[in-house]
Amino acid sequence: MAENKKVLVVGGGFSGLTAAVETAEAGFEVIIVEKTPFFGGRVTQLNKYFPKLCPPNCGLEMNYKRIKNSGDITFYTLSEVEKVSGQEGSYDVTLKISPRFVNDKCVGCNACAEACPVEMSNEFNFGLNKTKAAFITHNQAFPFLYAIDGKHCKGASCAKCVAACKYDAIDLNMKPQTIQVNVGAIVLATGWDVYDIAKLDNLGGGKVANVISNMQMERLASPNGPTDGKILRPSDNKPAKNIAFVQCAGSRDENHLPYCSYICCMASMKQATYIREQYPDSKARIFYIDLRTPGRYEQFYWKVKDDPNVSFTKGKIARITEDPETKDVIVDVEDIMAGKKIQARFDMVVLAAGMVPSTKTAKIPGDISYTPDGFVAAASLKKGIYAVGTLKSPVDVARSVQDATGVAIKSIQSARR
Amino acid sequence: MEKKFGVYICKGCGIGEALNVDDLKKATAGGAKVPAEAVKDHGILCSPEGLEMIRNDVKEGTTCVVIGACSPRVKFEEFEFPGTITERVNLREFIAWTMEPGSEDTQAVAEDYMKMGVIRVRKSSLPEPNILEDLSNTIMVIGGGITGITAALEAADAGYKVFLVEKEAELGGWAAELYKETPRLYPYDKLEEPRIFDKIKEVESNENVTIYKATTVEKTDGQPGLFDVTLRSNGSSQTLKVGAFVMAAGWKPYDASKLEYLGYGNPNVITNVQMEEIARKGKIIRPSDGKEAKKIAFIQCAGSRDANHLPYCSSFCCGTSLKQAKYVREKNSDAVAMIFYKDIRTPGQTELFYKNMQNDPGVLLTKGDVTAITDAGNGNLHVEAENTLLGEKIKVEADLVVLATGIVPATRATQEYFDALTEAGKKGDDAKKAFLDETPQPDSILNLTYRQGPEIPSLEGAYGFADSNFICFQYETRRTGIYTAGCVKQPMTMADAADDAAGAALKAIQCVEHVAKGMAVHPRAWDTTFPDPLMIKCTSCKRCTEECPFGAIDEDEKGTPFYRLNRCRRCGTCMGACPERIVSFKDFSVDIVGSMIKEGVDVPDEGYRVIVLACENDAYPALDSAAIKKMKLHPSVRIIPVRCLGSTNLVWVTDALSRGIDGLILLGCKYGENYQCHFVKGSELANYRFSKLQETLSKLQLEADRCQLLQVAISEYDQLPKMIDDFMKRIDEVGPNPFKGF
Repeated sequence: MAENKKVLVVGGGFSGLTAAVETAEAGFEVIIVEKTPFFGGRVTQLNKYFPKLCPPNCGLEMNYKRIKNSGDITFYTLSEVEKVSGQEGSYDVTLKISPRFVNDKCVGCNACAEACPVEMSNEFNFGLNKTKAAFITHNQAFPFLYAIDGKHCKGASCAKCVAACKYDAIDLNMKPQTIQVNVGAIVLATGWDVYDIAKLDNLGGGKVANVISNMQMERLASPNGPTDGKILRPSDNKPAKNIAFVQCAGSRDENHLPYCSYICCMASMKQATYIREQYPDSKARIFYIDLRTPGRYEQFYWKVKDDPNVSFTKGKIARITEDPETKDVIVDVEDIMAGKKIQARFDMVVLAAGMVPSTKTAKIPGDISYTPDGFVAAASLKKGIYAVGTLKSPVDVARSVQDATGVAIKSIQSARR
Repeated sequence: MEKKFGVYICKGCGIGEALNVDDLKKATAGGAKVPAEAVKDHGILCSPEGLEMIRNDVKEGTTCVVIGACSPRVKFEEFEFPGTITERVNLREFIAWTMEPGSEDTQAVAEDYMKMGVIRVRKSSLPEPNILEDLSNTIMVIGGGITGITAALEAADAGYKVFLVEKEAELGGWAAELYKETPRLYPYDKLEEPRIFDKIKEVESNENVTIYKATTVEKTDGQPGLFDVTLRSNGSSQTLKVGAFVMAAGWKPYDASKLEYLGYGNPNVITNVQMEEIARKGKIIRPSDGKEAKKIAFIQCAGSRDANHLPYCSSFCCGTSLKQAKYVREKNSDAVAMIFYKDIRTPGQTELFYKNMQNDPGVLLTKGDVTAITDAGNGNLHVEAENTLLGEKIKVEADLVVLATGIVPATRATQEYFDALTEAGKKGDDAKKAFLDETPQPDSILNLTYRQGPEIPSLEGAYGFADSNFICFQYETRRTGIYTAGCVKQPMTMADAADDAAGAALKAIQCVEHVAKGMAVHPRAWDTTFPDPLMIKCTSCKRCTEECPFGAIDEDEKGTPFYRLNRCRRCGTCMGACPERIVSFKDFSVDIVGSMIKEGVDVPDEGYRVIVLACENDAYPALDSAAIKKMKLHPSVRIIPVRCLGSTNLVWVTDALSRGIDGLILLGCKYGENYQCHFVKGSELANYRFSKLQETLSKLQLEADRCQLLQVAISEYDQLPKMIDDFMKRIDEVGPNPFKGF
C-alpha cells in the first residue's frame, strides 16, 4: 500500500477540531488551519450547552489535550486556504499564514496588553466591550499565546508592547507567509456567523440599545465575558431581569434567512435558565412561531416550561421600540393563540438570530458550488473534499460532532487512495 | 532504566520574584535527595537557551526531568523530551500568580511541590504498551438498515473487513419500506427515490463485507480486538472473531394500539408506516372499502411529546407527514391533506421543504391538540381538536387518518428489564426472585457476557436510547469498542442516521487500531499505561468489578476478578476502589500519590496543610484559569492532579490525616443525571467512598468536615478560590489535626 497521505482540516471550531482529532486517532497525520488567532470557534463563545447546561470549554479542553498528546496534528492559526489544485489522494494546497506579531516565546503574562495604548472593539464579545490590540480572547484560549491585531496596531512607531515584553516574544515586522502542503483529503469546517441583527430593522436590531443577539447573550452570561458573567443590559449596566426572547429573528423569513437555524429555540430556552438562575425575581418570555426541540431535547422544553416565570407566546412581532427615558424595550406583538395585539415592556430583548454559513461571505478557493443561501452544495464537491456541519445546513454541536466524525472516515478513505 | 535526575526551575513569569530560587534549589536537592548539581535554574526556561540546557543534559544521560515552571497545559511542545520521564511542576499558576510573593508560606508551597514532582518521577517508570495477541481488526455491524449498511460500507471502503448481521431475512430495514424519501437537496422541492436498494446491492457485492441475514447475536464474549461473537441462524450457531462493533439495531414504531383515543383500531386510521405501504402500491386507497381517499388527515405527535406515551420528539415525523402529504397531492390533485400539529419541526434546510408544501393550496396545516378521532359513518372519521388558533374547538371530517407514530429504540425493552431487575435486587432476594419469575426477559441485542450485564447500560433520562452522555463526544458508550449509531441512539432522520453511521464506523476503526498498539481509546487515546494488579494480594472483594464504569473487569469461576484489558479506559477507578491497593499504572498508583502526600508535604507545627486532589480534566484547568485571572489561592493547599476522582483511594486520606495534614478536598466534576465526568461517575464514586470514610473519621474523633468533595465545572474557576477559602475557614473552626506532631 502506498504511504498514507495527510488530511487537511480547514476551520478550528468544534467541527474542525473533531474531524482533526478523530482522523489523527485513527492513525493519520492531520494539518488543521484556523483563520483567527485561536481555536474553538463559536463553541468557545458559549456559556453553557443545551440541554445539559454544562460548560462547552470542558469538551474543548479535552480536544486540545488530544491535539497535544496526539503528535500527529500540526496546527496553524491565522491561516487560510489560498489555492487548491489536484484530486482525491493528492491535493496541493497553498496556505496563507497572516502574522500574529507574537512568536512562540510568549508566556501569556499580559504585559503586552497592559502596555498597548490601542483599544478596539472586542469581536470575541461581539462588540460588547473593548480590548487592546495586543490581546488574548479568554483565559482558556488555545493556543495560549497573545496576538496583535494588525489592523489596529500602530506598528513600529508605537512598539510599547515590544518594550514591555521580557520574553522577546513580539515581532512587529512579522510578514505573511505562504506554505504548500500536499494532502489526500480536505475537510471544510469553516462554520457560521450570527445573522447581523442590524438588518432586523423592525426588531430594533442595531437601533435599540437593549436589543441584543443571542450570541451576545452568551457572552454576557459567560464568566469570561465582558461582565464577568453578570447579565447586565448594555444601556446602563443594570441587571436585566425581565427579558423577552424573539425567535426566528431573521430565520424562516424570505427577506432574511429562508431556512430554520436549528439551534435558536433550544438556545433561548437555555438562556432563559441563565437569567432565572442568576436573578430569582426574573422573568423570561419567549415569542415563537413553532418551538423546535427535536429528539430528547423535548425534555428540556418541558423543564423550562415548568418554571412559572418563563412564558411562551406564539406570536409575530410587529415592532420593537425603545422608551427613550428608561431605555426599556417595548414589544408590539400579535398573540396568535389569543387572536389579539399586545404590547409589553422589557428590560432587554434577545433576538434569536440565525446562522449564516461562513461561506455566504467567504467562499473557499477551489471548485465548490453553493446554494443561494451560501451553504456548500455537498453533492457537487469533488472527491476527497468534504464539508462538515453548519456549512451544509444549520445544526447543533451534537450533530456537528457526528458529522465531523463521519467525515473523518471519508477523509481516511481518500487519504489511502 | 537507570534514573538520573535533572531538576530545572524557571525564574520567569514572576516565579523568580515570588520565590527565593536559590533556597528552593537547596531545599529540593536536600528534601528530595537529588544531587545539588542536578538542580538548575534559568531565567526563562522555555527559551531556546533554557531548553538547550535541558536537552544537553538528556544527551548526557539524564533520564528523569522535573520542570518547575508553568502549567503542563502550556508549553507542552517545548517541554517534551522523548525517552525521559518528564514531570511538570506548576510553580507559575499555582504559586507565582496566585500567592503572596516572597512570603515564607509561598516558599514552603514551592518546596513541597518540587519534592512531590521528584517523588512522582522517582516512583514512575516509562510505560510499555501491553499488546494482547491474535487481535482481530474486523468490524461487526449489527443491524442491516440504512445505518448499518452505511456503516458497513464506510468501514469496508476504509479497508477493513466487516461482518454485517441482520435479524430479518432481508437487508434494508425501515428504509426499504418507503415509497419515496424527503428531499435531500436544494431547493428541497422534489421527493427522492429511496437510496436503500442501491446501497443493498453495493454492500452485497462488496468483497470486504460478509453478510449474515436472519441472524441474531447469541453471545458476545471477550473484549475489543478479541471479541468472540456467537451468531445464531436457522437453529445453528457459529463463532466469529471480531475487533469492534457498530451497533445499529434501529427502532420500532410506537405501538399504535396504545393510541385508542386517536381511533386506532378503526381500519381507516393507519400509521405513517402503513401509509408508505399504501403509497408504494399506487393510489391512496383506504383499507375499509378500497375507495380512494381524498381527504386525509395527518395527526402529528401520535404518541410522541406525550408524557403518557413517548416523552420525546421523534424528530422525523413532521418531515415524513409533509412528504406523505405530497404523495397525496401528487397521486390525486383533487385530494386534500390536512396536517394537525403542535409545532411543525423541520429544522435546518428542511424548512425549505415545509415552505414548498405550505405553498400548495391542497395542504392544510392546523395547529391544535387532537383530542379524539371518532367514527363519522361511511368509513369516515371525525378529527376533534382543541387549542387551535383563536382557541376554538374544531371538528373536521376525513376519509383516512394517518397517525404520525414515533420511534422506540430497539434497546429499550432490555434496558428497562435490567434496570427493573436492579431495582428489585435492591429490595432483597425475594423481590428479585419474584421479578425474575414474573417478568419475561426481552431479547438482548448484544448478549454480552460481561459481569455488569448483557446490554449497553442505560443512560438516565435517555428512555432506552443507547445514547452518549456527552454533547462533545457523541460516540461515548460505556462499553468500549461498541459504538451505537442511528435511531437506536437518538431519534433522527434517515440522512442524519447515515452521517452518524459513518462516525460510528470511524470510532470502531480507531478502537481496533488503538488496541493493536496497546493504547487506550478516548478519552485517554494516547495512553499506553494500563492497570497492572498484583493479583496475589487480591481478596476477591469485587469492588473493582462492580465499580468499573466500563465493565472491564470480569470474574472467573472462583469469583476472582480479572481484567479484560482492551475494555479499560485507564481512569483508575479500580485503583481507587481496591481496599488492598494492588492496582497500579506505571505513572500513577496508590503508592505514587501516597508517597507524594507522605514524603512530599512538610507538615509544620503551626499552620494548616490541606491536600487537594484535583481531576486533571476539569478541576485542574479551572485552577489554572483562576490563576490566569490572578485570583488568590490559599497557601495552605497542596494540589495533586489525578486522572479522575474515581481513582481516589481512601488510604490517601489515612496517609494524610495520620501525618497531621488538616484536611482533604476532592475537586471533581459535577455528578448526577447530567454528569460531566469523562469517566462516568468518578466524583460520585469518590463521594460515596468518602461518605463511608466519614463514619470512620467520627469514630476516630476526627471531624468528618476535614474531608470534603467539591463539585466544580471547568467554567466555575471564578468561584474556586472562595470554595477553597470556605473550606479553610471550616478547618479553622475545627482546629488543627490532633495527630499533628505524632
